[in-house]
Amino acid sequence: MTNQTGSVGVVTPQRFVFEQSLQLDCGRSLPHYELMVETYGRLNAKASNAVLICHALSGDHHAAGLHAPDDKKPGWWDNCIGPGKPIDTDRFFVVALNNLGGCKGSTGPTSLNPETGLPYGPDFPLLTVSDWVRSQARLADRLGIRQWAAVIGGSLGGMQVQQWSIEFPQRVRHAVVIASAPELSAQNIAFNEIARQAILSDPDFHGGHYAAKGAVPSRGLKLARMLGHITYLSDEAMRAKFGAELKSALPAFNFDVEFEVESYLRHQGQSFVDRFDANTYLLMTKALDYFDPARDAGGSLLAAYRKASARFLVIAFSSDWRFSPARSREIVRALVAAGREVSYALIDSQLGHDDFLMPIPQYHGVLRAYLQRAAEEVA
Amino acid sequence: MSTLSPLRADLAALSPWIPEGSRILDLGCGDGTLLAHLAATHKVRGYGLEIDPDNVRAAVARGINVIQADLDEGLSDFADGAFDVVVMSQALQALQRPDAVLAEMLRVGRTAIVTFPNFGHWRVRAALLAGRMPVTPSLPARWFDTPNIHLCTVADFEVLCQERGWKVSRRALLDRRHRGGLAIRLLPNLFCEQALYELRAG
Repeated sequence: MTNQTGSVGVVTPQRFVFEQSLQLDCGRSLPHYELMVETYGRLNAKASNAVLICHALSGDHHAAGLHAPDDKKPGWWDNCIGPGKPIDTDRFFVVALNNLGGCKGSTGPTSLNPETGLPYGPDFPLLTVSDWVRSQARLADRLGIRQWAAVIGGSLGGMQVQQWSIEFPQRVRHAVVIASAPELSAQNIAFNEIARQAILSDPDFHGGHYAAKGAVPSRGLKLARMLGHITYLSDEAMRAKFGAELKSALPAFNFDVEFEVESYLRHQGQSFVDRFDANTYLLMTKALDYFDPARDAGGSLLAAYRKASARFLVIAFSSDWRFSPARSREIVRALVAAGREVSYALIDSQLGHDDFLMPIPQYHGVLRAYLQRAAEEVA
Repeated sequence: MSTLSPLRADLAALSPWIPEGSRILDLGCGDGTLLAHLAATHKVRGYGLEIDPDNVRAAVARGINVIQADLDEGLSDFADGAFDVVVMSQALQALQRPDAVLAEMLRVGRTAIVTFPNFGHWRVRAALLAGRMPVTPSLPARWFDTPNIHLCTVADFEVLCQERGWKVSRRALLDRRHRGGLAIRLLPNLFCEQALYELRAG
């Protein structure tokens, strides 16, 4: 393993196999499952310095470093994880995984169903954030981690952090909830529903059995991603990046790509089709929609957070309208009412929801300051 | 771990007013110095509110619970009577509506402790008599770049308390060395530079 400054270097994903059946919230169970995992840094002798990274809708276990020395792109959160970075791998043992239901090697719709010998496809059970957290707890058991020094995640990842703190209070010292929400808004669920309808209505979807037919519902998945991208960016960011510029000098008066933003969205959509599975996308959006810890606690977010004992850091971004600062404030308000320890930082930002992946100095500064203390506690 | 640095004089003066083990909300907590001090000396628990991002980071680095917020937006995140004490030091005069924030402090706290510079001090009066806006040790900014938009005198503050039915349960009027004295006792509004008040809802 090479170790250049600021980078965890070349990393090799590991496959963890779980033979114990996992009971799921939908009523079904998985008799056997596998998780793809990457780890960075060293677990200390007390196993007290472990940090779990929870990924968002389209993330995976490759959070930092490179898979090969000549890789063009590092892991999805490489600007934040590494030696000397806010999530400092000189101090923490960092664990990142591809969630159950994913399409990057963990058991999901593209995996073979042991009962049929064929890919699960649409027969893969729908999952909840709680299902993920329980599968992650088994991974922690396997790694010998009784308590995470911190569980950290943005967006859908932040929902997993909240669930961890409520469902396994004794196993989380610090909960870092970034650009997240206590549950989806109706508007958010509406965006997810349009994305799902785009996929479900693609003639190549074949009721989810597209793999068996040798087809790919690429038009639907592409549309879903294009829609998603609009919601991840602020109006100002899109205006700054694309304006209303035509690609050529004059309008062509047809439906080809005429504007810069159309070109961008089509490119983003197409590249997503090449790396993501439609059934996984459907499943991930449903997990987002179902998340509601208040519902699980008799309708009260305060009651949900009374179960938690972690210290919290909640971070929101001023230009994020998909998971707006007001939603983070709801989390903070409930935590305060429940008497929990919490800090809240509002980051001045331009890009939108995607800012949680950006190395904004104010953002990384507060995260670094918080995690330095967390590292001192467990050193 | 970090050692405690000496407290600013007005904070040192109000510290004895804080009951041991109380639940406290510090409005405009800065880098968290007061809360860190009170956590160590008085075993208080609570939160600081702060608008400046650099201060938020500094407070986080101290291990303080700090919530980034604009005091002028009120304290709607906090329930009635959620705190034993709500403290606001040297922020009153920079608020859009100081009276509204004071009312909010007395809603969420059983007591409110406020410190502010007295605009009735003789240095201020002398400057105005000479026809100039005052620039004093307590009010070092000039008229065009000052954050202080609602300055008041000790007498003004007490009239407001009376009008609103807020009870002054404690008061400390200090000179520039943050001490009391005969001159202040005789003519408080002329000689007090820093005022500390503890209020209760009527």
